[in-house]
Amino acid sequence: MNRTYELMFIVRPDMADEDLEKLISNLEATVTSAAGSIKSVDRMGKRRLAYMVRKFREGVYILMTIEGAGTVIHELERRLRVTEPVIKFLTVRIDEEQKRLEKIKKLRDAKKKVSAQPAAPAEEAAPPAEETPATA
Amino acid sequence: MTEETKAPAPSGDRPSRPFGERSGGDRPRFGGGGGGGRSGPGGPPREGGRKFFRRKKVCKFCTEKIADINYKDYRLLGQFVAESGKIVPRRLTGVCSPHQHRLASAIKQARNIALLPFAGRAS
Repeated sequence: MNRTYELMFIVRPDMADEDLEKLISNLEATVTSAAGSIKSVDRMGKRRLAYMVRKFREGVYILMTIEGAGTVIHELERRLRVTEPVIKFLTVRIDEEQKRLEKIKKLRDAKKKVSAQPAAPAEEAAPPAEETPATA
Repeated sequence: MTEETKAPAPSGDRPSRPFGERSGGDRPRFGGGGGGGRSGPGGPPREGGRKFFRRKKVCKFCTEKIADINYKDYRLLGQFVAESGKIVPRRLTGVCSPHQHRLASAIKQARNIALLPFAGRAS
């Protein structure tokens, strides 16, 4: 059962860059060994926290998109919990939401086409010239 | 519109008053039927009474067609969080029920990952 998850975690701000890279590659190894795959890693940078977490007022945010079964997340979260520099993490399942968004997008596109079509057959002589104002 | 529809009703009824009862019993009936419950009994005072009208609140997510309400978008979520950090009820913001539902869960996720405060201003 493949699912898409989004993992956001915060590491302490005083962590060195090379340590952070090591941590990320470690996590990637964990995911791949549990038959999952990492789709993207986004380093969102340092940001002020909304409240104090483990006596830190800021933290480095990292966002990962992971594909795999629930066991991958289970293992990953266990690792994050014992990893000392990670001060907070949140995993969200996003495949259902993506499906919903795609559906909405398709619906909207279909509606757009329907509203554009009545104008097109009226002037069949010059469809390309007619198309450009419709999209603009 | 409501003023116009309300005005003929009492005037059309006034000639029939001597025949009918003049008790207060039929006045609330007009108040309830014509002008809604907002104006009190008595004709002239309600003409000069409350002039302001309340603007109809509309759902921001429906009108602007914001499809996904994401916990990462803390700027958007921040508009629906009070100064104290509370989620603003939808009777104040006008957000529709399905969107408020998503909004609430997104705000709670954002709180969890320290993008939004649980209480008070972001410190």
